[in-house]
Amino acid sequence: MNHFELFDIPTAYDLDLAELQQRYRKLQQALHPDRHAAGSERDKLLAVQRTAQLNDAYQTLRSPLARAEYLLSLRGVDMQHEQKTLQDPEFLMAQMEWRERVEELDATDFTAMDAAYTELAEQTAQLQAELERLIKADANGDAADTIRKLKFMHKLRSELEALEEM
Amino acid sequence: MAYSEKVIDHYENPRNVGGFDKNDPSIATGMVGAPACGDVMKLQLKINDAGIIEDAKFKTYGCGSAIASSSLVTEWVKGKSIEEASQLKNTQIAEELALPPVKIHCSILAEDAIKAALEDYKKKHTS
Repeated sequence: MNHFELFDIPTAYDLDLAELQQRYRKLQQALHPDRHAAGSERDKLLAVQRTAQLNDAYQTLRSPLARAEYLLSLRGVDMQHEQKTLQDPEFLMAQMEWRERVEELDATDFTAMDAAYTELAEQTAQLQAELERLIKADANGDAADTIRKLKFMHKLRSELEALEEM
Repeated sequence: MAYSEKVIDHYENPRNVGGFDKNDPSIATGMVGAPACGDVMKLQLKINDAGIIEDAKFKTYGCGSAIASSSLVTEWVKGKSIEEASQLKNTQIAEELALPPVKIHCSILAEDAIKAALEDYKKKHTS
């Protein structure tokens, strides 16, 4: 059973997050250890395993990036263990410039921090929209490349957040 | 996870950090990135008319192993021919730096950076 089937929803990129959460809560309750207190050790163990699987499925489906990656894995494109490098000079040059910019940012300069967050969010949203289009068009190879790019954008965001925590 | 002494040495005293003008015809630029960790690496080679790598510089945003791997290859490729440099394997880098399995991708990144730079050089000189 795949993650989508576990929640009894169509195996597709688009989903209703509120509905997903509702179904998650329901399934979670059904598996709650208290309900299996009277059961055998085997039943208890099974309930624990299913809860772990349920949590994993929920975390995967609620994140647009993880959901896209999972959907691709169902289509035979496994990115989980890949060690492939990205070689898109233009995109990487822009990444380099981003990293240099973040390096020079002063976390107390709110205007500059704000501008960086906004610009990063815009570029990320653009890539995310592109990813959705490619996934729906079954352009799996290009979709995988866009997921790789989005991972760099997410890394940038965590670098920005780390600046604020210093 | 403990870094090996060689990784720490390269990390604390990285060799050949910096860059050249990428529009200079004798300069080859390789840009690579590792999606899994978001590391970005730029490797630049200065290649003379005889096809020998005279100088190398790098700039890497990433973990200690990624910085050490790129620092190491800039030392290794200097004085090598294009042909010799293209033979460099990530396993040699990983071995020299005693990289643990989870950091092998850093050495792959460095190998791919050399390949990308040599590819860039070829493109510049065939057109």
